[in-house]
Amino acid sequence: MKHLRLLAPLSIGLVACWLQSCGKPPEAATQSSDKLQGKLVLTGSSTVAPLAAEIAKRYESQHPGVRIDVQTGGSSRGVADARQGVADIGMVSRSLKDSEKDLQAFTIANDGVSVILNQDNPVKNLTDKQIVDIYTDKINNWKQVGGKDAPITVVNKAEGRSTLELFADHFKLKTTDIRADVVIGDNEQGIKTVAGNPNAIAYVSIGSGEYGATHNTPIKLLPIEGVDASIANVSNGKFPLSRPLNLVTKTTPTGLQKEFIDFARSKDVQDIVKEQYFVPVAK
Amino acid sequence: MSQSRNEVILVWMLRGMAIISGAIALVILLFLIWETLPFLQNIGLTRFFNDPSWHPVSEEFNLMPMLWGSLFVTAGSVLVATPLGILSAVFCHYYAPPALAKIYRSLIELLAGIPSVVYGFWGLVVLVPIIGRIHPPGPSLFAGILILTLMILPTIALVADATFANVSADYLRGATALGLGRWAMVRGVVFPAAKSGLLTGVILETGRAIGETMAVLMVCGNVVQVPKGVFEPVRTLTANIALEMAYAVGNHRAALFVSGLILMAMIVVLVIAAETINQGHLYD
Repeated sequence: MKHLRLLAPLSIGLVACWLQSCGKPPEAATQSSDKLQGKLVLTGSSTVAPLAAEIAKRYESQHPGVRIDVQTGGSSRGVADARQGVADIGMVSRSLKDSEKDLQAFTIANDGVSVILNQDNPVKNLTDKQIVDIYTDKINNWKQVGGKDAPITVVNKAEGRSTLELFADHFKLKTTDIRADVVIGDNEQGIKTVAGNPNAIAYVSIGSGEYGATHNTPIKLLPIEGVDASIANVSNGKFPLSRPLNLVTKTTPTGLQKEFIDFARSKDVQDIVKEQYFVPVAK
Repeated sequence: MSQSRNEVILVWMLRGMAIISGAIALVILLFLIWETLPFLQNIGLTRFFNDPSWHPVSEEFNLMPMLWGSLFVTAGSVLVATPLGILSAVFCHYYAPPALAKIYRSLIELLAGIPSVVYGFWGLVVLVPIIGRIHPPGPSLFAGILILTLMILPTIALVADATFANVSADYLRGATALGLGRWAMVRGVVFPAAKSGLLTGVILETGRAIGETMAVLMVCGNVVQVPKGVFEPVRTLTANIALEMAYAVGNHRAALFVSGLILMAMIVVLVIAAETINQGHLYD
């Protein structure tokens, strides 16, 4: 299914391309392919890199003359490389700081994290403080936050995952202070764990959380600071536990650079963005 | 006797193929060592034992909890699966009617063919919630041992079965002639004669248990700690690699390659043990 969803629009796109190039007079066709030739280097955030790499793959398949090289190394490398001109485009998985305003940022997607509980759990609301206390084991029974008398199963993400980074960053948690009962890899595993354990608490990418909750998985998403956890609230900027995924450039983008950034923000790649549980930019 | 031209070509082709097959293992080993070298030079091997914990993003690299996790899960499942597998093979060979034995054998083969991720998925959505009701949180060393037992059971059962088939019929006739009962024959004649084959089976299942990743990752809980009880979550070396590889860079990535190298060393020890045991010929 997953493959089909990805392949169908891709193949339609390819066929459309092929038809177009057939329809055009030969000289126009060569002209357009001449224009789109060359190499782009992207470096930076390891959160943005997989998404950028998928977008780059589709872009290359539509423009055979173009090569796009995507390298990771963290957001700060993205900023540094874009500034020094080592990379054509930097990848940064946060808003630019005030000291970085000399760069131009283009948001290609948003990332959000939602806290999830089992549907059988009567708790409807947790304050930020309560979530921090649960994750640092100061609260270890649901009774203490208005639930049943049952021990809390704390589900955490593996070290290095960007969801953990975003979660810890928002709640000012040090990852070494988190006391977990279960450590998971991908979002799906977290959702399955919470669905099977009425006393578990976890946090997952908001895209996969909302998909699970609306597709008969017995989980619920908790509001953060009174804002409902939903993709809509992430894309309109209201949800606090979210961040933009940015492409940054030193100067106003031109040529191939501009073409690729426009492509990465266009409707043509929204399926890739959703596939990786990121939130597409509102257009 | 001179070989025909075709035969010479065939022999050279076979030599080539053999070299390629052997070289693959060597290349992988060299690659692992190459990837870990910078880490061993910059940070050193002792950090794997002396660091406070495993938080590679904050440069803490204690691998011991994972090593213990791997050992406990493997030892537990081998201890449970070995008697189960051997005794079920005994039943199939010496007690069951032939028709039943045939059905039983194909069932075991079916068990061997189920992909590990299916076992893991079943464990995550069925087994772990059940364990969680008895003794929360659920994902635990216990769940890992149960799932792994299921997965390595076919290995030992099928190897034991094949080993029993190899025991010389003369021994069995001799035992019958002495008036031994069936169980006395199995215990006194078959087991000693099949010893090396059964040990090979144990080593094969141990190798499979150490290397298993997906299922263990899904049911063990993956908390970095040395477990104090069977219901506590553990993380194995394989799960450690699978969990963190996608997001690891720099020293973190190299540390994961060291986990891989440790796993490889464990397997090498097992293979050597298996080879040594097989040197003793029992059937001549």
